[in-house]
Amino acid sequence: MADNHEKIIRIALAGNPNCGKTTIFNNITGAKQHVGNYAGVTVEKKEGTRNFEGYRLDFIDLPGTYSLTARSLDELVARNVIVNDNPDLIMNVLDESNLERNLYLAAQLIELEKPMVIALNMDDVAKEMGVDLDLDKMAELTGATIVPTVGRNNEGTDDLLRATIKVAQAGQPTKAKIDYGSNIEPAIAELQAELEEIANLHYPLRWVAVKLLENDADVVKKVKALSGTEGILAKAQGMRKTLGVTDDMDVIFQEKRHEFAVQVFNAVLRKPIDAGLTRSDKIDKIITNRWLGLPIFALVMYLLFNFVNLVGSYPQDWLADCVTLLGDWVSTVMPEGQLQSLIVNGVIAGVGAVLSFIPLIILLFMGISFLEDTGYMARAAFVIDRIMRSCGLHGKSFIPLILGFGCSIPGIMGARILDNRKDRMVTILVMQLMSCSARLPIYTLFAAAFFTPAQGGTVLFSVYFAGIILAVIMAIVFRKTLFKGEAEPFVMEMPPYHMPTLKSVLMHMWERAVLYLKKAGTFILAASILVWFLVSYPQNVQYSQDYDGASEQINQIYEEKDAAIMNHFGFTAKEQQDKIMNLVDQMNTIAADQEEDDQSEDTDEDAAEASQDADEATKIADEGNVAATDIVATAKKVTPQESIARAQKEEVPDYLTDLKEGNKANFDAAWAVYVNDQDKDTFLKKLDGDKNAEKIGQSYAARFGQFVEPIMRPLGFDWKMSLSLVAAMAAKEVMVSTLGTIYAVEADEDHESSLAQYLHSDPDFTPLIAVCLMVFVLIYPPCIAAMAVFKREAGSWGWLAFFIVYATVLAWVVAWIVRQVGLLLGFQ
Amino acid sequence: MIKKLADLHVGQSGTIKELHGHGNIMHRLIDMGVVPGTKVNVLKFAPLGDPVEIKVKNFNLSLRMSEAKTIDVMVEG
Repeated sequence: MADNHEKIIRIALAGNPNCGKTTIFNNITGAKQHVGNYAGVTVEKKEGTRNFEGYRLDFIDLPGTYSLTARSLDELVARNVIVNDNPDLIMNVLDESNLERNLYLAAQLIELEKPMVIALNMDDVAKEMGVDLDLDKMAELTGATIVPTVGRNNEGTDDLLRATIKVAQAGQPTKAKIDYGSNIEPAIAELQAELEEIANLHYPLRWVAVKLLENDADVVKKVKALSGTEGILAKAQGMRKTLGVTDDMDVIFQEKRHEFAVQVFNAVLRKPIDAGLTRSDKIDKIITNRWLGLPIFALVMYLLFNFVNLVGSYPQDWLADCVTLLGDWVSTVMPEGQLQSLIVNGVIAGVGAVLSFIPLIILLFMGISFLEDTGYMARAAFVIDRIMRSCGLHGKSFIPLILGFGCSIPGIMGARILDNRKDRMVTILVMQLMSCSARLPIYTLFAAAFFTPAQGGTVLFSVYFAGIILAVIMAIVFRKTLFKGEAEPFVMEMPPYHMPTLKSVLMHMWERAVLYLKKAGTFILAASILVWFLVSYPQNVQYSQDYDGASEQINQIYEEKDAAIMNHFGFTAKEQQDKIMNLVDQMNTIAADQEEDDQSEDTDEDAAEASQDADEATKIADEGNVAATDIVATAKKVTPQESIARAQKEEVPDYLTDLKEGNKANFDAAWAVYVNDQDKDTFLKKLDGDKNAEKIGQSYAARFGQFVEPIMRPLGFDWKMSLSLVAAMAAKEVMVSTLGTIYAVEADEDHESSLAQYLHSDPDFTPLIAVCLMVFVLIYPPCIAAMAVFKREAGSWGWLAFFIVYATVLAWVVAWIVRQVGLLLGFQ
Repeated sequence: MIKKLADLHVGQSGTIKELHGHGNIMHRLIDMGVVPGTKVNVLKFAPLGDPVEIKVKNFNLSLRMSEAKTIDVMVEG
């Protein structure tokens, strides 16, 4: 990248969690940020740039940590950036209102012997608490330049940058030293002198000496890798033993650093702080109260869930509508064919799938950053930890898991609030067992097909409940096997309550949405196209029957019948007949609009209506396998007179009365033609449906279904069910429409009832199979979008492969057990 | 009188005497400021009785009872 600024300063930004480091980083770099991962690990790396007074300042925002040991990945990463990447200076953000503890990290940063600037943040809060500091004294004791800031109000940012440039120009490492006491200091000096002899050791020598005495796993490993260090390592171990007689070598270094922090703190504090209960403590007395704590927690979870899933569903629908409109538009401007199908059903549908999750992600991170910034997140974990611990999880795991009931994607992304990788992995591995809302239409379809409404409720509840129980079991299993070892200690700061700033919430939200689009979006798009391909190819299918010929015949038959009807009403002239057909077209348009309006209303009514006056056409449409020739024969059987008689019997719907008033003379004839043509549409739809069913039956996905049929047989699933399971990988709700296509019954999320009736009458389906299928859907891998996000969060393809295998095997095993138990109990 | 931190009741305070834990958890506690010689005050227990919230070095910290049992505190009065 071309840049006019020659002078570049590289700065590592360090600080405790909750000290306002991210706010300062945002204040400095604004939108010029880049988020990624550190090489090889799933710790997030944030970088940003700022041009200031002729300098280019390159910032790297280290993970917020309390310490810099080798025991935590975040801490190790933070410290390695400083010792390996060799930034020009360290900017240490200290929370002035919580100075004593914050100075403990400062002590460890001082040991890294870099020039240092301290941003004394939350200056306003500290002043309010009555904190009065001697900044000159502090600069002297820490060897750093001190700049007070108020990150929330963007105060002191320019001063901080000016100080940064000045300190970088001087290039003087801090002269402060942590005193480890008369017992240990000679040992440090001795080791340090010997380390000087080692070539290629580019770390601060005193720091290495201290770390060797502290037996820091990472530093020991690094020194071991250099030649000629055996003697020094042995010597350090020997010293640990001798010194260990008087001092506990495991903790003495930590204690001495704390001592340093206390000394600095006491020296710079001009007057003692009132140590009484803070305002935050008083709020907390209510919010995490013994009686109110859990109800408030439940309320917050309820609000968060609805905020993400319910509020999110509106923009989600709008986006879906826009994508549909775009698809429709492209269908009209592009010539029909394979390319059109690829663009409309593959690409546009895939983009739609990617976009549809954006509102959820935006709202999720709005909610999460609000909870985190206010400080409630820590309280939530505090309140629920006792329960989550029983399945080996951290209190904070509860939040992503509950979100999973709406959609697995915000759930998996939300697992980022967990600091520990083991907790995060266990949480996202059981996430799909929290049955997401897209699976609900599948459950309700089978429940409606095979159970009474009362039984259906129980079945539905049991499926959800089974998911939770399985999640608990699997979490315990994962904890005991793949992620065993010492659990992350639950030692958590309860930060004071803050009012979050709009800016920080928005930045967080924006960052996540971009990350999702960049990292998961492309994967979801590619995979959606793949599933589309599997379901719709090969294109040149050999049909067993001449569907197109039959459709043509039906069109012809009805043209003749329409003419006969019009003749019957005395309209024999061509222009008269054209006029009537024109009127019929108008009726069709009005009826189509009406249907669209009605779609939100209950559609079961329509189904009931249809079955009531089941004429030949609807009867045949509801049947499964009918030869195309039979359909044509039936179409021929219905005489024009029968249609006229039916038209007279049938009431003209309200929405057509206006039209009737305007066209009194022609209306009766047009109405009869309209009624007659409805049969035609039914026949044509039936033929088209049968054709599509045959086509999908020969698709690659169906071949896959047939291929795996022997494996799925023990569960009672035939290849059609397997095919629908494959198609549902694109998005769970697709399973319903795919079953509709396979069985050539019109069905989508809004029109389930006819499919339910059909499934009920299908001899291949039994209530037991339906339950097994529901169980399978509950457990088997989630949709592609969720898998893409899983891959991104777990960090490797290997984990994704493991996840798919584990979820599929578990789904099979549990469904098999359910089937065996069902068979034993006498179900079919 | 020396008591386990877990046995203190709400509002009671004292000075940390000794940590009996080991490994990561003990190091983490010390990193967070639970170090001998530091004043500690029990603020509250979670609704289900565990974890416990304490005040050390002028900030609030929550830890599980299993950890609180490993910390000896010299209770005043």
